Amino acid sequence: MKPTDIRNPDYFHKVVDCQWACPAHTPVPEYIRLIAAGRYTDAYMINWRSNVFPGILGRTCDRPCEPACRRGRVEHEPVAICRLKRVAADNKEDIAALLPPIPKEKNGKRIACIGAGPASLTVARDLAPLGYEIHVFDDQAKPGGFIRTQIPRFRLPEEIIDEECGYITGRGGVVLHMNRRVESLKAVLAEGYDAVFVGTGAPRGRDLDVPGRKEAAANIHIGIDWLASVSFGHTRSIGRRVIVLGGGNTAMDCCRSARRLGGEDVKVVVRSGFEEMKASPWEKEDALREGIPILNWLVPKEVLHEGGRLTGIVFEKVRAEYDAKGRRSLVPTGEPDVAMECDDILVAIGQENAFPWIERDLGLEFDRWGLPRLDPVTLQSTLPNVFFGGDAAFGPKNIIWAVAHGHEAAVSIDLFCRGEDVRARPPPEVRMTSTKMGIHEWSYDNDVSLDLRYKVPHRDLSQSLRDITAEVELGYDRELAYKEAQRCLNCDVQTVFTASLCIECDACVDICPVDCLNFTENGEEEELRRRLKAPAINPDQPLYVADGLKTGRVMVKDEDVCLHCGMCAERCPTGAWDMQKFFLETARPKARQHACAL
Amino acid sequence: MSYLPKPRLHHPTLPKNALGYTRRDYEGAISTLCAGCGHDSISAAIIQACWELSIEPHRVAKLSGIGCSSKTPDYFLGASHGFNSVHGRMPSVLTGANLANRDLIYLGISGDGDSASIGLGQFAHIMRRGVNMTYIVENNGVYGLTKGQFSATSDKGSKAKKGAVNTDEAIDLVALAMQLGATFVARGFSGDKAQLVPLIKAALLHRGAAFIDCISPCVAFNNHEGSTKSYDFVREHNEAVNRLDVILGRQPITAEYEPGSVIEVTQHDGSVLRLRKIAPDYDPTDRVAAMNYLQERKAAGEIVTGLLYVDPDPTDLHAKLGTVEVPLNRLGDAELCPGSAALARINAALR
Repeated sequence: MKPTDIRNPDYFHKVVDCQWACPAHTPVPEYIRLIAAGRYTDAYMINWRSNVFPGILGRTCDRPCEPACRRGRVEHEPVAICRLKRVAADNKEDIAALLPPIPKEKNGKRIACIGAGPASLTVARDLAPLGYEIHVFDDQAKPGGFIRTQIPRFRLPEEIIDEECGYITGRGGVVLHMNRRVESLKAVLAEGYDAVFVGTGAPRGRDLDVPGRKEAAANIHIGIDWLASVSFGHTRSIGRRVIVLGGGNTAMDCCRSARRLGGEDVKVVVRSGFEEMKASPWEKEDALREGIPILNWLVPKEVLHEGGRLTGIVFEKVRAEYDAKGRRSLVPTGEPDVAMECDDILVAIGQENAFPWIERDLGLEFDRWGLPRLDPVTLQSTLPNVFFGGDAAFGPKNIIWAVAHGHEAAVSIDLFCRGEDVRARPPPEVRMTSTKMGIHEWSYDNDVSLDLRYKVPHRDLSQSLRDITAEVELGYDRELAYKEAQRCLNCDVQTVFTASLCIECDACVDICPVDCLNFTENGEEEELRRRLKAPAINPDQPLYVADGLKTGRVMVKDEDVCLHCGMCAERCPTGAWDMQKFFLETARPKARQHACAL
Repeated sequence: MSYLPKPRLHHPTLPKNALGYTRRDYEGAISTLCAGCGHDSISAAIIQACWELSIEPHRVAKLSGIGCSSKTPDYFLGASHGFNSVHGRMPSVLTGANLANRDLIYLGISGDGDSASIGLGQFAHIMRRGVNMTYIVENNGVYGLTKGQFSATSDKGSKAKKGAVNTDEAIDLVALAMQLGATFVARGFSGDKAQLVPLIKAALLHRGAAFIDCISPCVAFNNHEGSTKSYDFVREHNEAVNRLDVILGRQPITAEYEPGSVIEVTQHDGSVLRLRKIAPDYDPTDRVAAMNYLQERKAAGEIVTGLLYVDPDPTDLHAKLGTVEVPLNRLGDAELCPGSAALARINAALR
């Protein structure tokens, strides 16, 4: 194998599995250490710079970081990264003085953001401190988009939304045009904005198309519309027997909301199997905990009604069959159909994009799925001054992806407004700092905790079910947060090897608790992986190869289950191993010109 | 050294031996030796060897004297018996323990000071008595604990860290052991575990006096230019006579060898030592030839390593003394004190 190029930021970035997996690349271990140190405000600001909505995401994030967490590969469960983020938000002090100043003097560029969801707000947050004038348009009364309308209050209190949107919209530089539905992109363009960002989400809930749907329409609701209506207090009750169709997170929010609004017999019915459901495992768990059964392998066949009133729904039993290419199809099992009685049906079987307000003669092209044709990196559409992000860009994803898109779009818009090539992306900011303080003292806590994942305390179930605004999760207290934070393996503290200093004494190999270090003859990767001290069986995790040793062998480290405990560096007599903290912040607009910006 | 204990988390695929133990189960406390000490590698090799042989930890007694090397039994086989004796006196304590309980596996750990200086007499006698044990000298050619004076195994002409040149002849423990009747004699290098682990395994299976001289660089005081026990010097001058594979009875033989390139020695317990020859004419069962070869290569400035001599059918102290098969510590009062009639019989036999 070729020696590893550790100067490429991607190499060590990938070792920080959580940060690499996060669409916004939040420096997770860094903020977890700050939480352990009781520096909640600093931990919050690390998050705020990177993911913009720490208090919101600390309750609602899809947490792609957690399945990636290295801890999950050395013991049973990953670090509770998401809920630690909430701890930072819950315990922080006033951050007003830490927010980037919004210049009074503007740079003369005006940007329109359509939609006031997380993507648009991220664009506004990134660009306003640089002197841009941001105009945000939304048909709702308050900013937040789906964060405000879709997520039930028992998962996310409204004051958190107000607070974190306020850090963006309440400090100048951002002009809100609320209760204003944009009906024409052409009209927006005519107002002479220097760039337009479209962050309108995927606002249309997919409908059910089975016989009887129209006749029983009064008691069949589209999930996302119903959740919005609940959120605004328009809907305050539901029938006693409720069936929720769909297996995603919206279905979980629907069934749990229904349970709180009078639904006593609430069921979730899903086409696919339990494991294949799109909902996050913890959201399914939360629904089951509230006494909501999830029934799988049932496809809606017919809505039953009597005199224009919904009476029930009939399902066909199916099973999965896979063709040679692994594509799944659901085939009837031939068993008798299943009929269920119900008073209301909530349809949460997916969301679609809708751009009826974008004229098709502007030069802005759409693909055959009705999505805009975009450069996947710059998010620029075929109309050069129009950019997309969030669910509006590539279909429904989640908040953290919307934030990530917002950052990239802000970089693009800034380059575009300065007349530069939007494809010439600025590099991320990367710092490597040795953590060595003494012979065996490090500026991070390298004592590996053996604790198992701590559960987040919940409000009493009967109390939760009585009040739809009572937050179910109570969050970690400081003590629990400290213990959970100590489970983090500090994967950003990198093992950096200098071959010229190595005397090949094997001290590091002998001490490594997880057998990830080797001094051996070089070879092709596949063969090398098999003959290491502990075979490197996880192909997703790289080998760190260094040459230049006196014996002509190479140092090979399998990054897979490294605990970052620093034992190799403590044992190294010559300092050939060093533990260096890797800090990466993704590129920000004008990052190079204004180091202080954000 | 490190303040923190080694984290208990281990590689998810860490294999288990026949007893269901992982290699980590054979570890001891965390080492307090200097970072990079060769002794720690020898500890790791002992751990590996005992794990591979599926030795029950409670069947091992590890004994040592005084010195850096003699500290190391604390760092491996944490669940075994241990005895840290007086300087240079480990051999007599080991001999006594072995006489009292012949059922244990005895592992003597010593250093060049402990065995070649203060304990040279004890070393000589345990070898000539043929005590059934594995005796490992962690040989760094220097008094590390007292900051770097020449030891009795420092080579003549080698340089101390501050530049002084050694004018005394070195004691060659391998030559001594062979001459004094050790029935298994090997030399290893802490920096070559592929060679060392099989040597330790074979020694543990040997039912007689097994001696391993293991060169173990002292990173703090004897790893400089001019030292003959440094990592660099030993790597440059290491002449292995053979490569050893220890084959336990049940294991199938898979590798194929050129005719004449392999010597197989079947030990008393049925284990087969398969020696892949590196020096073409070297026969490790021929003691006189081995001693000659050693002297010859030493004169040429080489450090000969590998399994240097093995007697496939050794006798040990118990055989020589004709002791009973049952360990003495398990004999009851009736056997130990057979009564006045038995005494009268013995006395009569001597009249």
